[in-house]
Amino acid sequence: MVEFLEFTLEGLSAGMIYAAIALSLVLIWRGTGVLNYAQGAMAMLTSFIALEVIYVSHSYWLGFVVALAAGLVIGGIVERVVIRPVTGKPPLNAVIVTIGLLILIEGLAGLLYGSNDRSFPPAFSINGLSIGSVALGITRNDIFTGVAVLLAAAALAVTFRYTSIGLRLRATAFNARVARLLGVRVGRMLTLGWALAGLLGALAGLLVSPATFLNPNSMDTIFVLGFTAAVIGGLESPAGAVVGGLVLGVVLSYAGGYLGSEVVNLFGLAALLLVLMFRPSGLFSSAQARRV
Amino acid sequence: MSEATLVVAGVTAGYGDAPVLREVSVTAAAGTITAVLGANGAGKTTLLRAIDGSLKLSAGRVVLDGTELSGRRPEEVSRAGVAHVPEGQGVISELTVAENLRLGLLLRPRADRAAALSDIYERFAVLAKRRNLPASTLSGGERQMLVIARALATRPRVLLLDEPSLGLAPKIVSEVLDLIRRLKDEIGLTIVLVEQNARSALAIADTGLVLNLGTVVVTAPAGQLAADEALRRHYLGF
Repeated sequence: MVEFLEFTLEGLSAGMIYAAIALSLVLIWRGTGVLNYAQGAMAMLTSFIALEVIYVSHSYWLGFVVALAAGLVIGGIVERVVIRPVTGKPPLNAVIVTIGLLILIEGLAGLLYGSNDRSFPPAFSINGLSIGSVALGITRNDIFTGVAVLLAAAALAVTFRYTSIGLRLRATAFNARVARLLGVRVGRMLTLGWALAGLLGALAGLLVSPATFLNPNSMDTIFVLGFTAAVIGGLESPAGAVVGGLVLGVVLSYAGGYLGSEVVNLFGLAALLLVLMFRPSGLFSSAQARRV
Repeated sequence: MSEATLVVAGVTAGYGDAPVLREVSVTAAAGTITAVLGANGAGKTTLLRAIDGSLKLSAGRVVLDGTELSGRRPEEVSRAGVAHVPEGQGVISELTVAENLRLGLLLRPRADRAAALSDIYERFAVLAKRRNLPASTLSGGERQMLVIARALATRPRVLLLDEPSLGLAPKIVSEVLDLIRRLKDEIGLTIVLVEQNARSALAIADTGLVLNLGTVVVTAPAGQLAADEALRRHYLGF
């Protein structure tokens, strides 16, 4: 029973990170109809930026903030420079462009930083918490991870629902032509959507890197799991992305805990395959199937 | 609200290489309704898209009260005071009625928005009742009211209406047309009305324009067009 609780909490903590990646993918998908395969690589790059800042300034939090800002800027630049020219073209063009970007960023990081694992500092202690003598299987840093992702998701939800910029973003995502006719500067909204997604990705990179270590490919698996979470959640729904992330985190944690850690990635990919085969529109959506 | 004259001068435009409109000229005088009539494929909707900036013109100009609109993007044309109510899919059905309206109000100063919204609800009681429901739950007539109300929310000087009566029950059609006439009378809006239903459009219009295969056949006072039996039978089908 204690073991079960431990696996559940571990799973929720990992799931928060998948949720953050999933949310960033959903933001971009809803706004521009593009699946950004470079999302993980962009998060890797901002994590390296954080590491540089932390080395120089000896301040974790300065690195944290700079990485988030870098995510925002890189996301916006990617939309303007790389994605804008392929909008309105066949969807495969955008797929190839983002895969190209993935290879470019990972190659660049390899040139700059080499391929060795770097350790990445956590925000808070990674000593396991316990109640009395019962170990909970989670750390202060895990709690920070959960709170940070939930806060980011809540901030996004509030922005989308209650602010005029959020209304413009949603109108652009739902019906760009009508939004334009009402004077919404759609181009700016698309850039902003990518920037926000870049920020979320950067947050995920900061949160996961203490556990995975940082190297040019360290976000690849996280990206695939984040993508799986997004697909479980239906790819259209921000709430679905968070739930999908948590479900996936817990399932993988049980698999790893009870069956051995080597099956985790296998289970992750199996989950992706099963959802795509049997519920391509996600577990929670009632929408009809669409091409992915 | 100021009255504004919209001038379309020698516009040639289309999709790809083949022009749909050829040297179309029309002047929508301030505070009048101009009905754009013609068969399917005559270029009526294309004319509105040429005005609103969705289509690049290969020749000609669009000018609103001396301000050149041609060459601007749709969001800038709408900011200049031209509201286009597109045919059919104009409602953003995922948003609520209130959100659709708020979207129209975004071009106004923040301080004016609340008052403007209650003005709209006063004029459109049916929308007030449904304000917090998703727009997808509205009937066809209610949707048409919503897109017109939302266009008015932008405080336009020119209103472009594309087939506002399409798919509506006859009783609702007359309500919509009545609303359009009141917008002209009460607010002094300049209205360009594209209609398949020529008879009812001419009944409320000041000027009629008949398009055929992308060129202007005739521009004349609405009453004169309605009285011209040969023209009616040939181009307008009534």
